[in-house]
Amino acid sequence: MYAIECIDVFKSFRPEGESPWHRKGQKVSALEGISFAMPQGECFGILGPNGSGKSTLIRLISTLLLADRGEVRVFGHDVRTAPLEVRRLIHRVSVEASFFKKLSAQENLDYASGLYGLDKAQARERAQEILLRLGLPKEKIRAPLEEMSRGQQQKVAIARALLTSPTLLLLDEPTTGLDPRSRRDVQAFIEEIRGSYSASIVLCTHDMQEAERLCDRVAIIRGGRFIALDTPDALSARYGDGEGLEAAFLRLTGEDPREEEEMDA
Amino acid sequence: MISLRREGRAAGAVMSRNFSLIRRYLGWELVFAFYNAVNALTIGLIGLAEPGPGQGMRVLYLSIGALLWNFLSVLFFEVSNSVMWERWEGTIEYSFMAPIRRVTYLLGVCAYAVLYGLVRTLLVLVAIALFFHVPLAQANLGGAALVLAASSIPFIGLGLFGAIMPMLSAERGAQATQVIQGVILLVSGIYYPITVLPHWLQAVSWFSPATYTLVAVRDAVLQGTGVSALVPTVLGLLGAGVVLVPAGLYAFSVAERYALRTGKLKRNG
Repeated sequence: MYAIECIDVFKSFRPEGESPWHRKGQKVSALEGISFAMPQGECFGILGPNGSGKSTLIRLISTLLLADRGEVRVFGHDVRTAPLEVRRLIHRVSVEASFFKKLSAQENLDYASGLYGLDKAQARERAQEILLRLGLPKEKIRAPLEEMSRGQQQKVAIARALLTSPTLLLLDEPTTGLDPRSRRDVQAFIEEIRGSYSASIVLCTHDMQEAERLCDRVAIIRGGRFIALDTPDALSARYGDGEGLEAAFLRLTGEDPREEEEMDA
Repeated sequence: MISLRREGRAAGAVMSRNFSLIRRYLGWELVFAFYNAVNALTIGLIGLAEPGPGQGMRVLYLSIGALLWNFLSVLFFEVSNSVMWERWEGTIEYSFMAPIRRVTYLLGVCAYAVLYGLVRTLLVLVAIALFFHVPLAQANLGGAALVLAASSIPFIGLGLFGAIMPMLSAERGAQATQVIQGVILLVSGIYYPITVLPHWLQAVSWFSPATYTLVAVRDAVLQGTGVSALVPTVLGLLGAGVVLVPAGLYAFSVAERYALRTGKLKRNG
């Protein structure tokens, strides 16, 4: 069974601010016929410029969007007809760490563990373990999120996702905007969880080294389509003259991934 | 059984999160409570403006309106704006991605709203009791509490309808819920009998559960009407709740489906 199967998925949006009663503008296409299958245990990278459809695809897999056409299945469950089953298997870390900023990391994680039906005491113990492993100072656990740096908030977001031991982890630019040390901490932790409980991971990133280090296969997306899909080495050899994923990405998209990351950060 | 326990924990988590937020915004909570109490006292004082007999009853009449509106408006506001807060905080996608039934999430929101509304109303009640010497010898307070409890259910239903709009548009939705709340305040006879309203507005007041709640609570407190005479109103309110709550949940699920299709279920602000 595949962790994810996407079959000919299309998604378009009406421009922001336009009401259903004033349908003058054209719909903007976000995904145009995405198809791929991701085996269980794989770390699948998605690279693409801003607005290329990465986050839309992640939100479709996370049951937060419905496709206009096509099918998305997570471990055989259709995201449209069996969202609850899908939600039991997944967790998502997005580029912005979304929390109740006045609440502490502990309170936010208590809320998250409660929503997933976890035992509060056990969840607290595990959350603390993960946060310390990620390098968050112990005294910060009880501090309001608004008093934390972006990197620290992102570590709490990762802890929130891992608390539920998801079978499929959806990481939407989890290291964007982090300092190099935090970035290394997070990357090392992703490697560790892959080893420890063989989670399947989808990783959207602008960081080519991160993709090369962590991903088994990488899809390059542009204009809502996958324009290349292979292992990092194969992509580098085929499109980057063997000079790495970054050269392949530049050749395929004509965009500099570092500029994209700066814009996101 | 395990599933029920899990859903129960989830509803509890929503309540607990909201109470944690109260602790973090304690300064604002105290300000709101102070303002509510002062507002109720100001309204009660209108009853003393006209000298002569019946002053106590007039104060009581107005205070009942202030207390009930305090409870019902907090209930409606908390339920209808729960989604708006999540959108502004940016947590809506995480809450809605959790593996729980939507009704569980909403149950947590509604249970919190009832408890929070009761606490806020009790504070106002204490202020009124300390400030005015209101005649309560004849009051059937148990009967009034029964009516109030029954009225919570249709108001939760109305709140669920109100919660739909912030899901579709954070800012316009919040504006719309304020307008709905204003209309309920106008037509329900909170501080006056609905007979003083223009005829066309009196017709609108028939659709507000607050109208029947206020009449019954005033009967119980001012005239000491017994429980048996209040039963038809209580049953009517429960009946309205039986219709409004499932209808509100259904409408919420339809709106959520629309939000999922159009990509509106995301952070705002």
